[in-house]
Amino acid sequence: MREEQLYAGIQAAELPALAAQRLDLGWRLVVITALQNADGVEVSYVFEQGQRLQSLRLTLPLEARRLPSITGSYAAAFIYENELQDLFGVKVDGLALDFKGNFYMKARETPFIKAVASQAPMPPAPEAARG
Amino acid sequence: MAEKTIIPFGPQHPVLPEPLHLDLVMEDETVVDAIPSIGFIHRGLERLAETQDFQQMGYVAERICGICSCIHGQGYSQGIEALMGIEVPARAQFLRLVWGEESRIQSHLLWLGLAADAFGFESLFMHTWKLRERLLDWVERTTGGRVIFGANKIGGVRRDVADGLLADMVADLRAMEAEFAALERTFLGDATVRSRMEGVGVLPKALAQASGAVGPTLRASGVASDTRTLGYSAYDQVQWQVITEDAGDCFARIKVRCRETHQSFDMIYQAVAKMPGGAVESKPKGFPKGEYMSRLEQPRGEVIYYLKGNGTKHLERFRVRTPTFANIPALVHMLKGCRLADVGNILLTIDPCISCTER
Repeated sequence: MREEQLYAGIQAAELPALAAQRLDLGWRLVVITALQNADGVEVSYVFEQGQRLQSLRLTLPLEARRLPSITGSYAAAFIYENELQDLFGVKVDGLALDFKGNFYMKARETPFIKAVASQAPMPPAPEAARG
Repeated sequence: MAEKTIIPFGPQHPVLPEPLHLDLVMEDETVVDAIPSIGFIHRGLERLAETQDFQQMGYVAERICGICSCIHGQGYSQGIEALMGIEVPARAQFLRLVWGEESRIQSHLLWLGLAADAFGFESLFMHTWKLRERLLDWVERTTGGRVIFGANKIGGVRRDVADGLLADMVADLRAMEAEFAALERTFLGDATVRSRMEGVGVLPKALAQASGAVGPTLRASGVASDTRTLGYSAYDQVQWQVITEDAGDCFARIKVRCRETHQSFDMIYQAVAKMPGGAVESKPKGFPKGEYMSRLEQPRGEVIYYLKGNGTKHLERFRVRTPTFANIPALVHMLKGCRLADVGNILLTIDPCISCTER
């Protein structure tokens, strides 16, 4: 069984208005998810109505990972937006309940962002350096 | 007006088998706000997809949680099957339903026992878990395992079950259902249970929807939402209906789980009666490419598997949104206005699974 699932590209600035519109139309926020690709961080906001899934999708360049919050419409989005901040280093402006990067206990900052060629490599741990 | 104080609740607390923290903002004995914190044991399993091949990730998915293991394995398998266009044989779909519903029964029995323990009814806890062990015996006899039983694989299920064994299982499940009905009478009829649960932790329908709640937490507030209505596995081949209650309180959440337990027994009887013959797996060929969001109904509610493949043996993204993660905002609403002594019971009624949440 394969459901039809729709994806629509949007700009970050449109996000709060589009979220408010979906709330008014009775759409349920299912999940906010992200992944790193060649262009930066791709963020998908997945909504459902009448068992149909639709995603609003945008891509943020790695050097400008910033988004407006949708907690003004969907208060429950705080949990996903804090996760975005912690795992992908996306700064979410206007978050209703902001854990400021401390939602998860992490061994390192933004663990879901892979090092890219333009970034300096991580220095070796002291034990590894000693060989 | 009373002075506000903050009482920390968890991450280590007698009602919590796993770590979850709440900062309870109190006015005297009343909770006026609750700020949740998770992430104490976040494992980052999702990133393993970059180093494990897509077949191995099925084992990882099953190990996200020991209670929801079977349906995690199924969710992952379904997602990969959708990406690769694999047609799963009908018998495998029916067997997935049988094991999925046995998982729901054992999970609901586990939760009912924990709830009984939390509201101080020790003997009810023991009887409920005794029954659960007997169900797990059947899971073991048909799959080979009790907790993480690896029933699902990409393309079908790992083993077939003889029709005679299935018939024996149904006969014993019918006897178990009668025993469950006796326990249910205590859960739903005992005055001490009702006094702790009725009218406590109310989540109105509108708030349940707005907070993104899922599963029994949502359905106990009168919203008929259940991912099984999508008809995956063999859910479109058996007669059933979404179970709801309207009160939205702790007692309604108990009632929904009790009624769902009966319904799961019934689905198993129907599935075994209609069990088709034939193969139980289709061999996958090639590698997954494209993206898909696989969703299923765990005992705690809707689980989402977002999978993205790039035509290699490694997935580009493996993302799991578990039901407890979605129910945390609803929990905050339930706690507002409650008494401190009820926090433990209310928290338990979302059936928190932190192992899933900290995938």
